[in-house]
Amino acid sequence: MSLEVDIDHARGSFRIAARFSAAPGLTALFGRSGSGKTTLVDIVGGLVRPDRGRVAVDGQVLLDTERRVFVPSHRRRIGYVFQDSRLFPHLSVRRNLLYGRWFNREAGGTAAGLAPVVDLLGIGHLLERRPDSLSGGEKQRVAIGRALLAHPQVLLMDEPLAALDEARRAEILPYIERLRDEMGVPILYVSHSVAEVARLATTVVILTDGKVTAVGPVADILPLADSGDGGSVLDATVARHDEAFQLSVLTSAAGELQVPRLSVPVGAPVRAYIRARDVMLSLKPPEEISALNVLAGRIAAVEPGGGAQAEVKLDCNGAALTARLTVKSVQRLALAPGKPVYAVIKSVSFERS
Amino acid sequence: MTPEEWTAVRLSLLVATTATLASLPFGVAVAWLLARRQFWGKSLLDTLVHLPLILPPVVTGYLLLISFGKRGPIGAFLDQAFGIVFSFRWTGAALACAVMGFPLLVRAIRLSIEAVDVRLESAAGTLGANPFWVFITVTLPLCLPGVIAGAILCFAKSMGEFGATITFVSNIPGETQTLPSLIYTLTQVPGGDAGAMRLTLVSIAISMLALLGSELLARRIGAHRIAA
Repeated sequence: MSLEVDIDHARGSFRIAARFSAAPGLTALFGRSGSGKTTLVDIVGGLVRPDRGRVAVDGQVLLDTERRVFVPSHRRRIGYVFQDSRLFPHLSVRRNLLYGRWFNREAGGTAAGLAPVVDLLGIGHLLERRPDSLSGGEKQRVAIGRALLAHPQVLLMDEPLAALDEARRAEILPYIERLRDEMGVPILYVSHSVAEVARLATTVVILTDGKVTAVGPVADILPLADSGDGGSVLDATVARHDEAFQLSVLTSAAGELQVPRLSVPVGAPVRAYIRARDVMLSLKPPEEISALNVLAGRIAAVEPGGGAQAEVKLDCNGAALTARLTVKSVQRLALAPGKPVYAVIKSVSFERS
Repeated sequence: MTPEEWTAVRLSLLVATTATLASLPFGVAVAWLLARRQFWGKSLLDTLVHLPLILPPVVTGYLLLISFGKRGPIGAFLDQAFGIVFSFRWTGAALACAVMGFPLLVRAIRLSIEAVDVRLESAAGTLGANPFWVFITVTLPLCLPGVIAGAILCFAKSMGEFGATITFVSNIPGETQTLPSLIYTLTQVPGGDAGAMRLTLVSIAISMLALLGSELLARRIGAHRIAA
Protein backbone atom coordinates (compact mmCIF):
# COMPACT_ATOMS: atom_id res chain seq x y z
CA MET A 1 0.00 0.00 0.00
CA SER A 2 1.42 3.32 -0.95
CA LEU A 3 0.20 6.86 -1.19
CA GLU A 4 1.10 9.27 -3.98
CA VAL A 5 0.28 12.94 -3.73
CA ASP A 6 1.07 15.68 -6.21
CA ILE A 7 -1.11 18.74 -5.89
CA ASP A 8 -1.28 22.51 -6.33
CA HIS A 9 -3.89 24.45 -4.48
CA ALA A 10 -4.35 28.14 -3.76
CA ARG A 11 -6.65 29.52 -1.11
CA GLY A 12 -6.52 33.28 -1.03
CA SER A 13 -2.87 34.24 -0.90
CA PHE A 14 -1.83 30.89 0.56
CA ARG A 15 -0.49 28.33 -1.87
CA ILE A 16 0.13 24.66 -1.35
CA ALA A 17 2.35 22.84 -3.81
CA ALA A 18 3.09 19.41 -2.45
CA ARG A 19 4.47 16.31 -4.03
CA PHE A 20 5.50 13.16 -2.23
CA SER A 21 4.97 9.45 -2.19
CA ALA A 22 4.86 7.50 1.01
CA ALA A 23 5.92 3.96 1.75
CA PRO A 24 3.64 1.60 3.70
CA GLY A 25 3.35 2.30 7.40
CA LEU A 26 2.75 5.63 9.04
CA THR A 27 3.58 8.79 7.14
CA ALA A 28 3.81 11.86 9.32
CA LEU A 29 2.98 15.24 7.83
CA PHE A 30 5.02 17.49 10.00
CA GLY A 31 5.10 21.26 10.09
CA ARG A 32 4.09 24.36 11.98
CA SER A 33 0.49 25.52 12.32
CA GLY A 34 -0.60 27.12 9.09
CA SER A 35 1.84 25.18 6.93
CA GLY A 36 -1.04 23.54 5.06
CA LYS A 37 -1.06 20.12 6.74
CA THR A 38 -4.81 19.93 7.32
CA THR A 39 -5.62 21.22 3.83
CA LEU A 40 -3.37 18.54 2.37
CA VAL A 41 -5.14 15.83 4.37
CA ASP A 42 -8.53 17.27 3.38
CA ILE A 43 -7.45 17.00 -0.26
CA VAL A 44 -6.49 13.34 0.20
CA GLY A 45 -9.82 12.81 1.97
CA GLY A 46 -11.84 14.49 -0.76
CA LEU A 47 -13.13 17.31 1.44
CA VAL A 48 -11.21 19.90 -0.55
CA ARG A 49 -10.86 19.85 -4.32
CA PRO A 50 -7.46 21.20 -5.34
CA ASP A 51 -6.84 23.44 -8.33
CA ARG A 52 -4.58 20.87 -9.93
CA GLY A 53 -3.17 17.55 -9.01
CA ARG A 54 -3.27 13.83 -8.58
CA VAL A 55 -3.82 11.61 -5.56
CA ALA A 56 -3.54 7.83 -5.68
CA VAL A 57 -3.72 5.18 -3.00
CA ASP A 58 -2.18 1.86 -3.85
CA GLY A 59 -2.34 2.71 -7.55
CA GLN A 60 -6.02 3.60 -7.41
CA VAL A 61 -6.57 7.16 -8.59
CA LEU A 62 -8.78 9.22 -6.26
CA LEU A 63 -8.13 12.52 -7.93
CA ASP A 64 -6.66 13.53 -11.25
CA THR A 65 -7.57 16.99 -12.45
CA GLU A 66 -6.04 16.40 -15.87
CA ARG A 67 -8.18 13.35 -16.51
CA ARG A 68 -11.12 14.97 -14.71
CA VAL A 69 -11.25 12.28 -12.06
CA PHE A 70 -12.69 13.26 -8.68
CA VAL A 71 -13.88 10.47 -6.45
CA PRO A 72 -16.22 12.03 -3.84
CA SER A 73 -15.22 11.43 -0.25
CA HIS A 74 -17.99 8.93 0.46
CA ARG A 75 -16.57 6.62 -2.23
CA ARG A 76 -12.89 6.99 -1.34
CA ARG A 77 -12.82 4.36 1.39
CA ILE A 78 -10.84 6.54 3.72
CA GLY A 79 -10.96 6.62 7.47
CA TYR A 80 -10.60 10.16 8.74
CA VAL A 81 -9.86 10.85 12.41
CA PHE A 82 -10.42 14.54 13.00
CA GLN A 83 -8.71 16.71 15.57
CA ASP A 84 -12.11 17.38 17.17
CA SER A 85 -13.32 13.72 17.01
CA ARG A 86 -16.67 14.72 15.39
CA LEU A 87 -18.68 11.90 16.92
CA PHE A 88 -22.39 12.03 16.13
CA PRO A 89 -24.04 13.44 19.27
CA HIS A 90 -27.39 11.76 18.61
CA LEU A 91 -25.98 8.23 18.36
CA SER A 92 -24.58 5.93 21.02
CA VAL A 93 -20.91 4.98 20.92
CA ARG A 94 -21.85 1.61 19.42
CA ARG A 95 -23.87 3.20 16.63
CA ASN A 96 -21.12 5.73 16.01
CA LEU A 97 -18.69 2.84 15.61
CA LEU A 98 -20.97 0.93 13.25
CA TYR A 99 -21.98 3.98 11.20
CA GLY A 100 -19.38 3.50 8.47
CA ARG A 101 -19.67 -0.26 8.40
CA TRP A 102 -23.22 -0.07 7.17
CA PHE A 103 -22.30 2.07 4.16
CA ASN A 104 -19.24 0.00 3.33
CA ARG A 105 -20.82 -3.40 3.71
CA GLU A 106 -20.44 -4.25 -0.02
CA ALA A 107 -16.75 -3.43 0.23
CA GLY A 108 -16.56 -6.12 2.93
CA GLY A 109 -13.64 -8.40 2.21
CA THR A 110 -11.23 -8.49 5.11
CA ALA A 111 -13.77 -6.71 7.29
CA ALA A 112 -12.50 -5.91 10.76
CA GLY A 113 -15.18 -6.92 13.21
CA LEU A 114 -16.46 -4.73 16.00
CA ALA A 115 -15.01 -6.93 18.75
CA PRO A 116 -11.31 -6.82 17.75
CA VAL A 117 -11.42 -3.05 17.18
CA VAL A 118 -13.17 -2.48 20.50
CA ASP A 119 -10.51 -4.63 22.19
CA LEU A 120 -7.66 -2.92 20.40
CA LEU A 121 -8.86 0.49 21.57
CA GLY A 122 -10.12 -0.56 25.00
CA ILE A 123 -13.57 1.00 24.57
CA GLY A 124 -15.78 -2.00 25.41
CA HIS A 125 -17.21 -0.38 28.53
CA LEU A 126 -18.30 2.73 26.58
CA LEU A 127 -20.49 1.13 23.91
CA GLU A 128 -23.87 2.16 25.30
CA ARG A 129 -22.79 5.67 26.31
CA ARG A 130 -23.43 8.91 24.44
CA PRO A 131 -20.45 10.85 23.03
CA ASP A 132 -21.05 13.91 25.21
CA SER A 133 -20.49 11.83 28.35
CA LEU A 134 -17.01 10.73 27.23
CA SER A 135 -13.66 12.26 28.15
CA GLY A 136 -11.46 13.73 25.40
CA GLY A 137 -9.26 10.64 25.27
CA GLU A 138 -12.24 8.29 25.11
CA LYS A 139 -13.80 10.36 22.33
CA GLN A 140 -10.64 10.17 20.26
CA ARG A 141 -10.38 6.41 20.75
CA VAL A 142 -14.00 5.99 19.62
CA ALA A 143 -13.30 8.26 16.63
CA ILE A 144 -10.32 6.08 15.69
CA GLY A 145 -12.48 2.96 16.02
CA ARG A 146 -15.22 4.49 13.91
CA ALA A 147 -12.73 5.28 11.14
CA LEU A 148 -11.24 1.78 11.29
CA LEU A 149 -14.61 0.05 11.09
CA ALA A 150 -15.38 1.80 7.79
CA HIS A 151 -12.76 -0.57 6.30
CA PRO A 152 -10.55 2.22 5.03
CA GLN A 153 -7.89 1.79 2.38
CA VAL A 154 -6.01 4.59 4.04
CA LEU A 155 -6.34 6.14 7.47
CA LEU A 156 -6.06 9.92 7.78
CA MET A 157 -5.36 11.32 11.24
CA ASP A 158 -5.33 15.07 11.67
CA GLU A 159 -3.61 15.83 14.96
CA PRO A 160 -5.74 13.29 16.77
CA LEU A 161 -3.96 14.03 20.04
CA ALA A 162 -3.77 17.82 19.83
CA ALA A 163 -6.81 18.46 22.00
CA LEU A 164 -5.59 16.16 24.76
CA ASP A 165 -3.34 16.60 27.77
CA GLU A 166 -0.10 14.65 28.31
CA ALA A 167 -1.72 11.83 30.25
CA ARG A 168 -4.41 11.22 27.63
CA ARG A 169 -1.82 11.29 24.86
CA ALA A 170 0.21 8.66 26.62
CA GLU A 171 -3.00 6.64 26.84
CA ILE A 172 -3.68 6.73 23.08
CA LEU A 173 -0.19 6.57 21.56
CA PRO A 174 0.22 2.81 22.18
CA TYR A 175 -3.06 2.21 20.34
CA ILE A 176 -1.82 4.14 17.32
CA GLU A 177 1.41 2.14 17.37
CA ARG A 178 -0.61 -1.04 17.35
CA LEU A 179 -2.69 0.21 14.42
CA ARG A 180 0.47 0.89 12.48
CA ASP A 181 1.94 -2.51 13.27
CA GLU A 182 -1.14 -4.76 13.32
CA MET A 183 -3.83 -3.44 10.99
CA GLY A 184 -1.71 -3.03 7.86
CA VAL A 185 -3.57 0.11 6.78
CA PRO A 186 -1.36 2.99 5.62
CA ILE A 187 -1.72 6.00 7.87
CA LEU A 188 -1.27 9.67 7.00
CA TYR A 189 -0.69 11.39 10.31
CA VAL A 190 -0.62 15.14 10.81
CA SER A 191 1.30 16.48 13.75
CA HIS A 192 3.39 19.35 14.93
CA SER A 193 4.81 17.43 17.86
CA VAL A 194 8.35 16.13 17.38
CA ALA A 195 7.88 13.56 20.11
CA GLU A 196 4.79 12.09 18.44
CA VAL A 197 6.42 11.98 15.01
CA ALA A 198 9.61 10.45 16.42
CA ARG A 199 7.65 7.73 18.10
CA LEU A 200 5.15 6.88 15.39
CA ALA A 201 6.41 7.72 11.93
CA THR A 202 7.90 5.44 9.33
CA THR A 203 8.21 8.24 6.77
CA VAL A 204 8.27 11.94 7.53
CA VAL A 205 7.09 14.68 5.16
CA ILE A 206 8.05 18.14 6.31
CA LEU A 207 5.77 20.91 5.12
CA THR A 208 6.89 24.53 5.29
CA ASP A 209 4.57 27.28 4.04
CA GLY A 210 2.70 24.87 1.82
CA LYS A 211 5.79 23.30 0.27
CA VAL A 212 7.36 19.93 0.94
CA THR A 213 10.87 20.68 2.16
CA ALA A 214 11.95 17.14 3.05
CA VAL A 215 10.71 13.55 2.69
CA GLY A 216 12.29 10.36 4.01
CA PRO A 217 12.70 7.88 6.83
CA VAL A 218 12.14 9.34 10.27
CA ALA A 219 15.72 9.04 11.54
CA ASP A 220 17.09 10.96 8.53
CA ILE A 221 14.44 13.65 8.33
CA LEU A 222 13.49 14.55 11.86
CA PRO A 223 16.81 16.18 12.78
CA LEU A 224 16.21 18.55 9.82
CA ALA A 225 12.87 19.64 11.20
CA ASP A 226 12.87 23.29 12.03
CA SER A 227 11.28 22.77 15.38
CA GLY A 228 13.79 24.60 17.53
CA ASP A 229 14.37 21.28 19.22
CA GLY A 230 16.59 19.27 16.87
CA GLY A 231 16.49 16.02 18.78
CA SER A 232 17.64 12.65 17.55
CA VAL A 233 15.86 9.33 17.18
CA LEU A 234 17.46 6.04 18.20
CA ASP A 235 15.91 2.74 17.17
CA ALA A 236 16.23 0.33 20.07
CA THR A 237 14.87 -2.90 21.54
CA VAL A 238 13.81 -3.56 25.11
CA ALA A 239 16.53 -5.81 26.59
CA ARG A 240 15.15 -6.20 30.12
CA HIS A 241 13.21 -4.44 32.84
CA ASP A 242 14.75 -3.44 36.14
CA GLU A 243 11.74 -3.79 38.41
CA ALA A 244 13.59 -2.74 41.55
CA PHE A 245 14.33 0.73 40.20
CA GLN A 246 11.41 0.92 37.74
CA LEU A 247 13.72 1.21 34.75
CA SER A 248 13.87 -0.43 31.32
CA VAL A 249 17.15 -1.20 29.61
CA LEU A 250 17.24 -0.66 25.85
CA THR A 251 19.87 -1.81 23.41
CA SER A 252 20.61 0.34 20.39
CA ALA A 253 23.39 0.68 17.87
CA ALA A 254 24.83 3.46 20.00
CA GLY A 255 24.90 1.35 23.15
CA GLU A 256 22.74 0.59 26.17
CA LEU A 257 20.18 3.10 27.42
CA GLN A 258 18.37 3.07 30.73
CA VAL A 259 15.00 4.79 30.64
CA PRO A 260 11.98 4.97 32.95
CA ARG A 261 10.08 1.64 33.01
CA LEU A 262 8.16 1.08 29.75
CA SER A 263 4.93 -0.87 29.60
CA VAL A 264 6.01 -3.00 26.62
CA PRO A 265 7.35 -6.55 26.72
CA VAL A 266 11.03 -7.50 26.50
CA GLY A 267 12.14 -7.71 22.87
CA ALA A 268 9.68 -5.06 21.67
CA PRO A 269 11.07 -2.44 19.28
CA VAL A 270 10.91 1.09 20.63
CA ARG A 271 12.20 4.49 19.61
CA ALA A 272 14.08 6.70 21.95
CA TYR A 273 13.78 10.38 21.22
CA ILE A 274 16.62 12.37 22.73
CA ARG A 275 16.36 16.15 22.78
CA ALA A 276 19.58 17.93 21.84
CA ARG A 277 19.52 20.02 24.99
CA ASP A 278 19.41 16.91 27.18
CA VAL A 279 22.78 15.67 25.89
CA MET A 280 25.99 16.58 27.71
CA LEU A 281 29.49 15.88 26.32
CA SER A 282 32.60 14.76 28.15
CA LEU A 283 36.09 14.17 26.79
CA LYS A 284 36.84 11.35 29.25
CA PRO A 285 34.52 8.54 30.37
CA PRO A 286 32.74 10.23 33.27
CA GLU A 287 33.05 8.59 36.70
CA GLU A 288 31.00 9.02 39.83
CA ILE A 289 28.21 10.79 37.98
CA SER A 290 24.48 10.44 38.54
CA ALA A 291 23.50 10.12 34.87
CA LEU A 292 23.00 6.46 33.91
CA ASN A 293 23.58 6.71 30.16
CA VAL A 294 27.01 7.25 28.65
CA LEU A 295 27.41 6.65 24.92
CA ALA A 296 30.81 6.69 23.24
CA GLY A 297 31.02 8.45 19.90
CA ARG A 298 32.93 10.66 17.56
CA ILE A 299 32.10 14.21 16.54
CA ALA A 300 30.77 14.35 12.99
CA ALA A 301 30.18 18.10 12.74
CA VAL A 302 29.95 21.25 14.81
CA GLU A 303 27.29 23.69 13.65
CA PRO A 304 27.17 27.09 15.28
CA GLY A 305 23.61 28.16 15.89
CA GLY A 306 22.63 31.78 16.39
CA GLY A 307 24.03 33.43 19.51
CA ALA A 308 25.50 31.43 22.38
CA GLN A 309 24.47 27.98 21.16
CA ALA A 310 26.02 25.39 18.89
CA GLU A 311 24.86 21.97 17.77
CA VAL A 312 27.33 19.13 17.88
CA LYS A 313 26.48 16.14 15.69
CA LEU A 314 27.84 12.84 16.93
CA ASP A 315 28.33 9.49 15.31
CA CYS A 316 27.82 6.85 17.98
CA ASN A 317 28.69 3.59 16.28
CA GLY A 318 26.62 4.52 13.23
CA ALA A 319 23.71 6.11 15.09
CA ALA A 320 23.34 9.89 14.86
CA LEU A 321 23.00 11.93 18.03
CA THR A 322 22.82 15.69 18.41
CA ALA A 323 23.94 17.69 21.43
CA ARG A 324 23.17 21.36 21.97
CA LEU A 325 25.96 23.12 23.86
CA THR A 326 27.10 26.66 24.43
CA VAL A 327 29.74 28.04 22.08
CA LYS A 328 31.82 28.59 25.20
CA SER A 329 31.85 24.85 25.99
CA VAL A 330 32.67 24.01 22.40
CA GLN A 331 35.76 26.22 22.57
CA ARG A 332 36.77 25.19 26.10
CA LEU A 333 36.77 21.50 25.16
CA ALA A 334 38.14 22.26 21.67
CA LEU A 335 35.38 20.18 20.10
CA ALA A 336 36.06 19.52 16.42
CA PRO A 337 35.07 16.86 13.87
CA GLY A 338 36.79 13.53 14.42
CA LYS A 339 37.32 13.99 18.14
CA PRO A 340 36.16 11.07 20.35
CA VAL A 341 33.70 12.12 23.06
CA TYR A 342 31.25 10.62 25.55
CA ALA A 343 27.60 11.67 25.42
CA VAL A 344 25.91 11.77 28.82
CA ILE A 345 22.09 11.55 29.01
CA LYS A 346 20.09 11.51 32.24
CA SER A 347 17.52 8.73 32.36
CA VAL A 348 14.91 11.07 33.75
CA SER A 349 15.15 13.26 30.66
CA PHE A 350 13.28 10.59 28.65
CA GLU A 351 9.62 11.39 28.51
CA ARG A 352 7.10 8.62 28.46
CA SER A 353 5.40 9.88 25.34
CA MET B 1 -71.97 24.04 20.40
CA THR B 2 -74.19 23.70 17.35
CA PRO B 3 -73.58 21.02 14.68
CA GLU B 4 -72.55 23.81 12.32
CA GLU B 5 -69.84 24.90 14.77
CA TRP B 6 -68.61 21.31 15.25
CA THR B 7 -68.36 20.89 11.51
CA ALA B 8 -66.27 24.03 11.23
CA VAL B 9 -63.91 22.88 14.00
CA ARG B 10 -63.48 19.43 12.45
CA LEU B 11 -62.93 20.96 9.01
CA SER B 12 -60.34 23.36 10.36
CA LEU B 13 -58.43 20.52 12.05
CA LEU B 14 -58.55 18.48 8.82
CA VAL B 15 -57.43 21.43 6.69
CA ALA B 16 -54.61 22.42 9.05
CA THR B 17 -53.32 18.86 9.46
CA THR B 18 -53.41 18.22 5.72
CA ALA B 19 -51.72 21.53 4.95
CA THR B 20 -48.94 20.87 7.50
CA LEU B 21 -48.23 17.26 6.56
CA ALA B 22 -48.39 17.90 2.82
CA SER B 23 -46.06 20.89 2.91
CA LEU B 24 -43.56 19.31 5.35
CA PRO B 25 -41.47 17.35 2.77
CA PHE B 26 -41.32 20.37 0.46
CA GLY B 27 -40.50 22.63 3.39
CA VAL B 28 -37.61 20.40 4.49
CA ALA B 29 -36.29 20.19 0.91
CA VAL B 30 -36.45 23.95 0.32
CA ALA B 31 -34.96 24.70 3.75
CA TRP B 32 -32.06 22.35 3.03
CA LEU B 33 -31.47 23.94 -0.38
CA LEU B 34 -31.46 27.42 1.14
CA ALA B 35 -29.26 26.41 4.10
CA ARG B 36 -26.68 24.21 2.40
CA ARG B 37 -26.49 24.84 -1.35
CA GLN B 38 -25.35 27.66 -3.57
CA PHE B 39 -27.21 27.79 -6.87
CA TRP B 40 -28.39 30.19 -9.50
CA GLY B 41 -31.70 31.78 -8.51
CA LYS B 42 -31.29 31.10 -4.81
CA SER B 43 -32.35 34.59 -3.74
CA LEU B 44 -35.33 34.38 -6.12
CA LEU B 45 -36.45 31.14 -4.43
CA ASP B 46 -35.90 32.71 -1.02
CA THR B 47 -38.06 35.68 -1.98
CA LEU B 48 -40.81 33.53 -3.49
CA VAL B 49 -41.01 31.39 -0.36
CA HIS B 50 -41.31 34.45 1.85
CA LEU B 51 -43.75 36.31 -0.38
CA PRO B 52 -46.95 35.06 1.33
CA LEU B 53 -45.62 36.44 4.60
CA ILE B 54 -45.55 40.02 3.33
CA LEU B 55 -48.28 40.05 0.67
CA PRO B 56 -51.81 40.85 1.82
CA PRO B 57 -53.50 37.43 2.30
CA VAL B 58 -56.25 38.51 -0.06
CA VAL B 59 -53.66 38.99 -2.79
CA THR B 60 -52.23 35.51 -2.18
CA GLY B 61 -55.78 34.11 -2.27
CA TYR B 62 -56.52 35.91 -5.51
CA LEU B 63 -53.28 34.66 -7.09
CA LEU B 64 -54.25 31.12 -6.07
CA LEU B 65 -57.70 31.65 -7.55
CA ILE B 66 -56.43 32.75 -10.94
CA SER B 67 -53.78 30.01 -11.14
CA PHE B 68 -55.34 27.04 -9.31
CA GLY B 69 -59.00 27.91 -10.02
CA LYS B 70 -61.01 25.78 -12.47
CA ARG B 71 -60.05 28.03 -15.35
CA GLY B 72 -56.57 28.88 -14.10
CA PRO B 73 -53.68 27.33 -16.03
CA ILE B 74 -52.49 25.02 -13.22
CA GLY B 75 -55.96 24.24 -11.92
CA ALA B 76 -57.26 23.31 -15.39
CA PHE B 77 -54.28 21.06 -16.01
CA LEU B 78 -54.58 19.26 -12.66
CA ASP B 79 -58.31 18.79 -13.23
CA GLN B 80 -57.90 17.30 -16.71
CA ALA B 81 -54.78 15.22 -16.03
CA PHE B 82 -55.43 13.90 -12.51
CA GLY B 83 -58.97 14.93 -11.65
CA ILE B 84 -57.69 17.06 -8.77
CA VAL B 85 -59.88 20.09 -8.08
CA PHE B 86 -58.99 22.80 -5.60
CA SER B 87 -61.55 25.53 -6.21
CA PHE B 88 -64.36 25.67 -3.66
CA ARG B 89 -63.23 22.42 -2.03
CA TRP B 90 -61.66 21.80 1.38
CA THR B 91 -58.49 20.74 -0.49
CA GLY B 92 -58.30 24.30 -1.81
CA ALA B 93 -58.51 25.60 1.76
CA ALA B 94 -55.64 23.25 2.66
CA LEU B 95 -53.63 24.54 -0.31
CA ALA B 96 -54.19 28.15 0.75
CA CYS B 97 -53.16 27.34 4.33
CA ALA B 98 -50.09 25.45 3.14
CA VAL B 99 -48.97 28.38 1.02
CA MET B 100 -49.54 30.83 3.87
CA GLY B 101 -47.77 28.63 6.43
CA PHE B 102 -44.86 27.69 4.14
CA PRO B 103 -42.60 30.68 4.97
CA LEU B 104 -42.91 29.96 8.70
CA LEU B 105 -42.20 26.28 8.15
CA VAL B 106 -39.15 26.89 5.94
CA ARG B 107 -37.74 29.58 8.19
CA ALA B 108 -37.74 27.43 11.33
CA ILE B 109 -36.29 24.39 9.57
CA ARG B 110 -33.68 26.41 7.70
CA LEU B 111 -32.40 27.98 10.90
CA SER B 112 -32.09 24.61 12.60
CA ILE B 113 -30.31 23.07 9.59
CA GLU B 114 -27.87 25.97 9.60
CA ALA B 115 -27.19 25.22 13.26
CA VAL B 116 -26.14 21.64 12.45
CA ASP B 117 -22.36 21.40 12.37
CA VAL B 118 -21.25 20.87 8.74
CA ARG B 119 -18.15 19.16 10.10
CA LEU B 120 -20.35 16.31 11.33
CA GLU B 121 -21.81 16.05 7.84
CA SER B 122 -18.38 15.86 6.22
CA ALA B 123 -17.34 13.26 8.82
CA ALA B 124 -20.36 11.17 7.79
CA GLY B 125 -19.24 11.59 4.17
CA THR B 126 -15.78 10.21 4.92
CA LEU B 127 -17.46 7.18 6.50
CA GLY B 128 -19.13 6.35 3.21
CA ALA B 129 -22.53 8.03 3.45
CA ASN B 130 -23.64 9.78 0.26
CA PRO B 131 -25.28 13.23 0.56
CA PHE B 132 -28.78 11.73 0.80
CA TRP B 133 -27.86 9.40 3.66
CA VAL B 134 -25.85 12.12 5.37
CA PHE B 135 -29.05 14.15 5.44
CA ILE B 136 -31.24 11.28 6.67
CA THR B 137 -28.85 9.95 9.33
CA VAL B 138 -27.13 13.11 10.58
CA THR B 139 -28.72 16.39 9.50
CA LEU B 140 -32.37 15.45 9.94
CA PRO B 141 -32.10 13.91 13.44
CA LEU B 142 -30.04 16.86 14.61
CA CYS B 143 -32.45 19.50 13.28
CA LEU B 144 -35.60 17.62 14.34
CA PRO B 145 -36.59 20.15 17.05
CA GLY B 146 -36.59 22.86 14.37
CA VAL B 147 -38.68 20.70 12.04
CA ILE B 148 -41.24 20.19 14.81
CA ALA B 149 -41.28 23.87 15.68
CA GLY B 150 -41.80 24.75 12.01
CA ALA B 151 -44.61 22.22 11.65
CA ILE B 152 -46.39 23.59 14.74
CA LEU B 153 -46.08 27.14 13.44
CA CYS B 154 -47.48 26.04 10.09
CA PHE B 155 -50.34 24.23 11.82
CA ALA B 156 -51.18 27.23 14.00
CA LYS B 157 -51.04 29.54 11.01
CA SER B 158 -53.37 27.17 9.13
CA MET B 159 -55.86 27.10 12.00
CA GLY B 160 -56.09 30.88 11.87
CA GLU B 161 -55.82 31.46 8.11
CA PHE B 162 -58.70 33.54 6.84
CA GLY B 163 -57.94 36.03 4.07
CA ALA B 164 -56.38 33.77 1.46
CA THR B 165 -58.81 30.92 2.18
CA ILE B 166 -61.98 32.97 1.87
CA THR B 167 -60.70 34.65 -1.30
CA PHE B 168 -59.66 31.38 -2.95
CA VAL B 169 -62.37 28.93 -1.90
CA SER B 170 -65.07 31.18 -0.42
CA ASN B 171 -67.04 30.36 2.73
CA ILE B 172 -69.18 27.28 2.03
CA PRO B 173 -70.56 25.57 5.15
CA GLY B 174 -69.36 21.99 5.44
CA GLU B 175 -66.85 22.34 2.60
CA THR B 176 -64.68 25.43 3.03
CA GLN B 177 -66.15 27.13 6.09
CA THR B 178 -63.24 26.87 8.54
CA LEU B 179 -63.24 28.08 12.10
CA PRO B 180 -62.18 31.68 11.37
CA SER B 181 -64.63 31.90 8.45
CA LEU B 182 -67.49 30.81 10.68
CA ILE B 183 -66.51 33.27 13.41
CA TYR B 184 -66.52 35.97 10.74
CA THR B 185 -69.96 34.84 9.51
CA LEU B 186 -71.37 34.74 13.04
CA THR B 187 -70.21 38.27 13.73
CA GLN B 188 -72.11 39.40 10.62
CA VAL B 189 -75.50 38.01 11.68
CA PRO B 190 -77.69 39.19 14.55
CA GLY B 191 -77.50 36.94 17.63
CA GLY B 192 -74.30 35.28 16.53
CA ASP B 193 -72.23 36.70 19.37
CA ALA B 194 -72.55 33.66 21.64
CA GLY B 195 -71.44 31.31 18.86
CA ALA B 196 -68.53 33.57 17.94
CA MET B 197 -67.42 33.60 21.58
CA ARG B 198 -67.62 29.79 21.87
CA LEU B 199 -65.54 29.35 18.73
CA THR B 200 -63.06 31.95 19.90
CA LEU B 201 -62.53 29.93 23.09
CA VAL B 202 -62.14 26.73 21.07
CA SER B 203 -59.64 28.48 18.85
CA ILE B 204 -57.61 29.66 21.83
CA ALA B 205 -57.70 26.15 23.35
CA ILE B 206 -56.48 24.49 20.15
CA SER B 207 -53.65 27.00 19.75
CA MET B 208 -52.51 26.52 23.33
CA LEU B 209 -52.67 22.72 23.03
CA ALA B 210 -50.57 22.85 19.87
CA LEU B 211 -47.95 25.02 21.54
CA LEU B 212 -47.89 22.83 24.64
CA GLY B 213 -47.60 19.72 22.49
CA SER B 214 -44.66 21.12 20.57
CA GLU B 215 -42.98 22.13 23.82
CA LEU B 216 -43.37 18.62 25.25
CA LEU B 217 -42.15 16.99 22.04
CA ALA B 218 -39.10 19.25 21.83
CA ARG B 219 -38.31 18.55 25.49
CA ARG B 220 -38.65 14.80 24.99
CA ILE B 221 -36.27 14.88 22.04
CA GLY B 222 -33.81 17.01 23.98
CA ALA B 223 -33.99 14.76 27.06
CA HIS B 224 -33.63 11.65 24.93
CA ARG B 225 -30.50 13.06 23.41
CA ILE B 226 -28.88 13.89 26.72
CA ALA B 227 -29.96 10.89 28.77
CA ALA B 228 -29.88 7.90 26.47
